[in-house]
Amino acid sequence: MQLSREQMLGAYRQMKVIREFEERLHVEIQKGEIAGFTHLYSGQEAVAVGVCEQLTDGDYIISTHRGHGHCIAKGCDVKGMMREIYGSAEGLCKGKGGSMHIADVDKGMLGANGIVGAGAPIAVGAAISAKLDGQGRVSVAFSGDGACNQGTTFEAMNLAVVVKAPCIFLFENNHYSEHTGVDYAVATSGDIASRAEAFGMKVWRGNGSDFFAVTEVMREVLEYVRAGNGPAAVELDTERFFGHFEGDPQRYRGPGELDRIRAERDCLEAFRTRVTEAKLLEGADLDQVDAEVMQMIEASVAEARSAPRPTAADVLTDVYISY
Amino acid sequence: MAKMQLREAINLTLHQEMERDPSVIVLGEDIVGGMGTAGGPEAIGGIWKTTAGLYEKFGAGRVIDTPISESAIIGAAAGAALAGKRPVAELMFADFVGVCLDQIWNQMAKFRYMFGGKSRCPAVIRIAYGAGRNAGPQHSQSVYGLMTAIPGLKVVIPSSPAEAKGLLTQAIRDDDPVLFFEPKALYATRGDVPEEEYVIPFGHARLVREGSDVTIVTCGQLVGTAATAADRLAQQGIGCDVIDLRTTSPLDEEAILDSVETTGRLVVLDENPPRCGLAADIAAMVGEKAFAALRAPVSMVTPPHTPVPFAVELERAYLPDAERVEAAVTQLLGYRGSAPR
Repeated sequence: MQLSREQMLGAYRQMKVIREFEERLHVEIQKGEIAGFTHLYSGQEAVAVGVCEQLTDGDYIISTHRGHGHCIAKGCDVKGMMREIYGSAEGLCKGKGGSMHIADVDKGMLGANGIVGAGAPIAVGAAISAKLDGQGRVSVAFSGDGACNQGTTFEAMNLAVVVKAPCIFLFENNHYSEHTGVDYAVATSGDIASRAEAFGMKVWRGNGSDFFAVTEVMREVLEYVRAGNGPAAVELDTERFFGHFEGDPQRYRGPGELDRIRAERDCLEAFRTRVTEAKLLEGADLDQVDAEVMQMIEASVAEARSAPRPTAADVLTDVYISY
Repeated sequence: MAKMQLREAINLTLHQEMERDPSVIVLGEDIVGGMGTAGGPEAIGGIWKTTAGLYEKFGAGRVIDTPISESAIIGAAAGAALAGKRPVAELMFADFVGVCLDQIWNQMAKFRYMFGGKSRCPAVIRIAYGAGRNAGPQHSQSVYGLMTAIPGLKVVIPSSPAEAKGLLTQAIRDDDPVLFFEPKALYATRGDVPEEEYVIPFGHARLVREGSDVTIVTCGQLVGTAATAADRLAQQGIGCDVIDLRTTSPLDEEAILDSVETTGRLVVLDENPPRCGLAADIAAMVGEKAFAALRAPVSMVTPPHTPVPFAVELERAYLPDAERVEAAVTQLLGYRGSAPR
């Protein structure tokens, strides 16, 4: 599939926004300004962007506790997200959700989700709704190699096949479920896609560190699912550049592992090399995007720091029964 | 007005609401029944017969017979609701809430609040509940008390066919997640039901009997038990207000407090176990807000703190009956010799 210059620049920008959003959070969290638990998506950008660039606002996604990348890729307001993570009253969820629960239903983003494996059944429900509407819309359940061990994920896959729901089970295999290796925890020798296959689904596998590979796989998958063939599953191999959560000492990593995956499996670097070597884009084009993104992230942090804080009275808003 | 069973009132409501609003869909185990069998679809129409005829009329797109996968059923209802549908999911037995609790309390109950008020989750979960059919420890529990404790859910328990129809219509049209507990022991109970559409708003209790001596607060299948007790007590000259809560969340505190202000005595009759339950909750609320009006301690009439037993004799001993309610009322009237006003 040939991407236009604008499409490539747009995709690179989205990946860069996710990367710098996360790298900046990593720095800011250490300053103690951000409360709670945060799980960063750095390293996996090509998956979220490779998938979501081919979706519309009418398509649905549901995400995980590691959800910032999916939110950004699906079009959530980045500054609103930063305000949310800082706990502002003007955050995307008014400071009620925080990092693990960012959602924007108008954009088809049905929420990051703090419960591992909870998303897949919800995605099937959105897919059932989309099927009834008959407009070829789809629903994507992002799950990790951790969620693939939850019974909810199995139930969701079976139900989707039974009712032929246009649902895509998108497994991001970053090799760690929290602090446990995939070869230990996923009994099918670390192979997630074969499980989906066992439920009767057509499956795809790909390199989640290569935006173009993801794009190619998703083009096929989306064509298949939008055509009414029922659900499909995709397993993408990727890397998590940070720990499970911010503050995780990552003692489970091998010697030099973090340096190695940053050097060898950085999807942004791979993108840059590919497009400049093929003379699809100039390095200067990407440098300009980088500069714009850095400026935007800087502005979003500055805004979030001074954004209005919620008041005690806000605890009682957005409820439908008060006692 | 037509005489019909509670199950028929539910079925009529589902037909009417699906007819009225194409966004209403239903899903659950065996709600069509017989899928993939020689007997074919509609072999049973739901184990409670509450969904009979829907598949034939509205088709497989809106009447979704699911595998036995409670988490997927409730999760799918949550997702369909976020995507703009009005799903009515059937959970075959209230006990199965344990299988899919995450989707109820961590997911649908929290969406509106944790997403900053920008999403709606208009899902209904219809749940058959209650003891009295010798279904044993895993098919007889009430569970509505546990669910009432969860912020973000509306909890509805109808007590008659007409109540079921009005409350279910409201549940389906409501923009928030509703757990609709159907007393399975009353599925075959008949009553007058208006055939036209009507809604019973949530949070408004119903006064089933009127009397000035003691207030009996209850809901669901025990409304009949309370009414029986009140009728017998009336023959002895003792008057009871019997309040059918209809919904435990929202709770009509005003109806309870108004009555207690008059009677000064309260019996809470509940089918849940006694600890941290609905009866204790209402007793505490009245203690906090109407202490001065009380002329006797609040009496909680509940099952014991045990699972629901199977054998006929055991289950009979477990479930509060009219005699226990009468005894509680009599005891309150005898408290420190206080007599009816």
